Amino acid sequence: MITKEEVEHIGWLSRISLTEEEAVKYATELSSVLDYFNQLDEVDTSGVDPTYHVADLMNVFREDEVSPSLPQEEVLRNAAEKKEGYIKGPRIM
Amino acid sequence: MPETIKQVKEKIANSSAEDVISSYLEKIRRSSINGFIYVAENALDQAKAIDSGNNGGALAGVPIAIKDNISTIGMPTTCGSKILQGYVPPYDAHVIERLKAEGAIILGKVNMDEFAMGTSTETSYYGPTLNPWDTERVPGGSSGGSAAVVAAGEAPVSLGSDTGGSVRCPAAFCGVVGLKPTYGGVSRYGLVSYANSLEQIGPLANSVEDIATLMDVIGTYDHRDSTCVNRDINYRSSLEDDVSGMKIGIPKEYFGEGIDEKVEEKVWDAIGKFEELGATYTEISLPNTKYALAAYYIIAMSEASSNLARFDGTRYGPRSEGENWHMMASKTRHECFGAEVQRRILLGTYALSAGYHDKYYLKALKVRTLVKEDFDRAFSDVDVMMAPTMPSPAFKLGEKMEDPLSLYLSDVNTVPVNLSGVPSISVPCGLADGLPVGLQIIGKHFDEAGILKAAYTFEKNTHHHMNTAGEVI
Amino acid sequence: MVYENPDGVMIGLEVHVQLNKLNSKLFCGCSTDYHNDEPNTHVCPVCMGLPGSLPVLNKKAVEYAIRIGLALNCEIIEQTQFHRKNYYYPDLPKGFQTTQYDFPIVGNGKIVIDGEDGEHVVRITRAHMEEDPGKLMHIGHIEKSKGTLIDYNRSGMALVEIVTEPDMRSPKEARRFLDKLRNILEYLDVFNGTLEGAMRVDANISIGGGDRIEIKNISSHKGAERALLYEIMRQKNLVRRGGTVVMETRHFDEARGVTISMRTKEEEHDYRYFPEPDLVPIRVSDWVEGIRETLPELPDARRKRFVSDYNVADTHAKALTSDIRVADFYESVAKEVDPVIAAAWVADILKGELNYRDLGISAFKVEDLVEIIDLVTSGKITEKSGVDVIRTILDEGGSPESIVEKKGLIKVEGDIVSQAISESLKENPEALQDFLAGKEKSLNFLVGQVMKKTRGRADARSVRELLIHEIDEKYR
Repeated sequence: MITKEEVEHIGWLSRISLTEEEAVKYATELSSVLDYFNQLDEVDTSGVDPTYHVADLMNVFREDEVSPSLPQEEVLRNAAEKKEGYIKGPRIM
Repeated sequence: MPETIKQVKEKIANSSAEDVISSYLEKIRRSSINGFIYVAENALDQAKAIDSGNNGGALAGVPIAIKDNISTIGMPTTCGSKILQGYVPPYDAHVIERLKAEGAIILGKVNMDEFAMGTSTETSYYGPTLNPWDTERVPGGSSGGSAAVVAAGEAPVSLGSDTGGSVRCPAAFCGVVGLKPTYGGVSRYGLVSYANSLEQIGPLANSVEDIATLMDVIGTYDHRDSTCVNRDINYRSSLEDDVSGMKIGIPKEYFGEGIDEKVEEKVWDAIGKFEELGATYTEISLPNTKYALAAYYIIAMSEASSNLARFDGTRYGPRSEGENWHMMASKTRHECFGAEVQRRILLGTYALSAGYHDKYYLKALKVRTLVKEDFDRAFSDVDVMMAPTMPSPAFKLGEKMEDPLSLYLSDVNTVPVNLSGVPSISVPCGLADGLPVGLQIIGKHFDEAGILKAAYTFEKNTHHHMNTAGEVI
Repeated sequence: MVYENPDGVMIGLEVHVQLNKLNSKLFCGCSTDYHNDEPNTHVCPVCMGLPGSLPVLNKKAVEYAIRIGLALNCEIIEQTQFHRKNYYYPDLPKGFQTTQYDFPIVGNGKIVIDGEDGEHVVRITRAHMEEDPGKLMHIGHIEKSKGTLIDYNRSGMALVEIVTEPDMRSPKEARRFLDKLRNILEYLDVFNGTLEGAMRVDANISIGGGDRIEIKNISSHKGAERALLYEIMRQKNLVRRGGTVVMETRHFDEARGVTISMRTKEEEHDYRYFPEPDLVPIRVSDWVEGIRETLPELPDARRKRFVSDYNVADTHAKALTSDIRVADFYESVAKEVDPVIAAAWVADILKGELNYRDLGISAFKVEDLVEIIDLVTSGKITEKSGVDVIRTILDEGGSPESIVEKKGLIKVEGDIVSQAISESLKENPEALQDFLAGKEKSLNFLVGQVMKKTRGRADARSVRELLIHEIDEKYR
């Protein structure tokens, strides 16, 4: 169903670095779940609209009004690394 | 002994909130079920403030346990995951603001399946919670901590969240009452999302009355959740001991194959009781039920794969080393998400990815429409539906850990409710082999009144709710 | 004349416009006024993507998007919604961008620009609403950086992304399009183009029907023109050396003026769009007519009005309306003095002096220009002195009155001028002889000498007449 390579690809898309063994293991496990999901192929959904929302709501807005932001120390408090008011991370590439 | 809000309030009136809270804290300290991940350091101070102040709130001095995926200022909110270890939100969820406004005292944060992904509370990074009825068994999940601490008398009431049965399942397994409100009934602001289009915060308690009391507090309109519906509902006013003329639908697909016979028997006994009390029942059909589980998991995993993308080690939580940002994020997520969370993220990513979006994600949403139509059709003839909450009583720890699919299958009777957004309550309806069985009562959109009335009447006319983990009547 | 487009250049643009005239961000109440503030001080649980936070849509942002759509002659969609665009980047606090996908709020419009061969239509494919990511600063160069600093103040700012068809045939046309678009957006009062990061451009370009190259990270109109000129040269050189242009994304390095290939694993995308479950659908078709009625006058209409109401030349009208601030300035001046004279002073003189100093119109006061024009038209100072006053105000400050007084610019006539004329003729016999011998140019020299003696305070035209008169009387 789903190959080790595909698992590695979605692992990258999901930013989860998998080991070789994990990719093999997940390929088996995910295949059996996908196999179960494939039973939906039996259902005739021609002409059926998808349901994205169950609450029957439309046009929910807020007015363009300013409300207080968090203090800078609250914004930074949970970050692993920070510098001079910025949150710091490793280089991009 | 588990208590109701009324009993707690009587105790406060006779002694003090400080006494009540300190005895709960003592019980939590002696606990062996691992229900609490975090105990509030300031609970006693809050109790003293209640004693010396004049908070006339509906829950003045009443202790409550909060599932650890609901944001609380100054208290960790980990979602049972290593990836949020040490994270302390700078804001309160809407429901927490409401509880505080009514004088409730937060005892602490309770255990859950990691990111609410599970049916057993075994996937928590902080270890499994044990079922107070039998500590070799799971308390159900994902709000296992919320149900177990209420059943064990470590808190009179709690809040959980229900994405596919996560309030009702543990309520059933631990012999307490648990409500999944109508989608849009309670603000999700501050609830860490697993599957946004499916989930609601819901209360757990030892009585139906307490459920209604909590809903009156937490179910107020909140403009910060765009999917919150602005309705004026008084939940307590539906507490009437009267089901005469009520039409009950029995969905045949929720019985039979895969359902434990003893569970079915208890549920039929309950339906018999309703008949005795003046209700009538008819068998109905929800033909797309067999596809609901697959549709549910595809939608939940797809939404989850996106919701959980923000946990990348940058703004909060632990961070692994990596040669660049992408490697850091990938390693952090690999090391800090548990196996089940990783599985669901991978599957959800796959279901949304180029080439598979229509086959899985879009297809599931179309099946969701069919499932919802089943409910709409059936509810044109009946007032409520009744069925077993779970196919079996609580299973043993470790029993289903190795086979994800078998775990998913135990949600078969709860997930259709979330797909269609209707409300549903689980109430204790007896024991099977000494373990609690839950009766699920499903209502129409925003007809919490209907299911609360049924549940309340059942409770008033039976003794099942008086069975406790320590003492069976 | 028809533009031949010899290289078969086709340019399309994606323009990200920040709706920085809003008070608050797109999905939360954080203030948009962050440009002079510390990093991470305009941030809340929503725009920081904290777990459990939820978006609520700013109503005015939707109105602004519709306003833009109408100004670009677009159709406004009946019903729309937001989607999630899923990708990982440290400036994206939720791990997805809330944007629009298959139902953009605005579709099918056009802008008419001054093209290579006169009026040229650039079709607008669509415009949609989305949130801005935060801002990254690389410690050192992006590829060898020691780390990244992140500021989320910008995160969640409302953007409208405007996408064109590949209708521009030269980098110059691309720049003209951007100038025109910016001008329209400022007229609409949804956007202040002077703020940093207000307009960001991605360009795609193909040459002679070849593969399309996308250029990212362009932050100015000038930059767009430079990036595209570089890219045309690069592609032509590549083909000349026997290479082929293959579809790719390139990054514009503004400092070096070059585009760099960005082909890395991080750039492989599968955005996995799906509808944002935390936001509900939007149906705003019944707002459209109301918004249309309150749409302000746009540049083209104002240009026509300037011609018809003020009787100014079309070239002046165009120059005056190409920036709303200049147009407003002009109209204020034109209320006080002759509009045609005012047009020349604003469009020909003041704009030039401001451009030379890289200043905006706000650097000059309406009442100062009115006073200067009054001084000139009433004959108190010469036109040349008027220009001098403008320059002095811009360089040193002061009021027209005080400058005129300090520099002694009041126009001189009579004896002083006559004396300067006879002196100049006596001191420059060669020039006089040349003029008498028929060399017309020598007269200019003599005028210059007289002006020098009067320090520019004499009227050049009358000096010229008086000189000829004096020569005819005394030297012929």
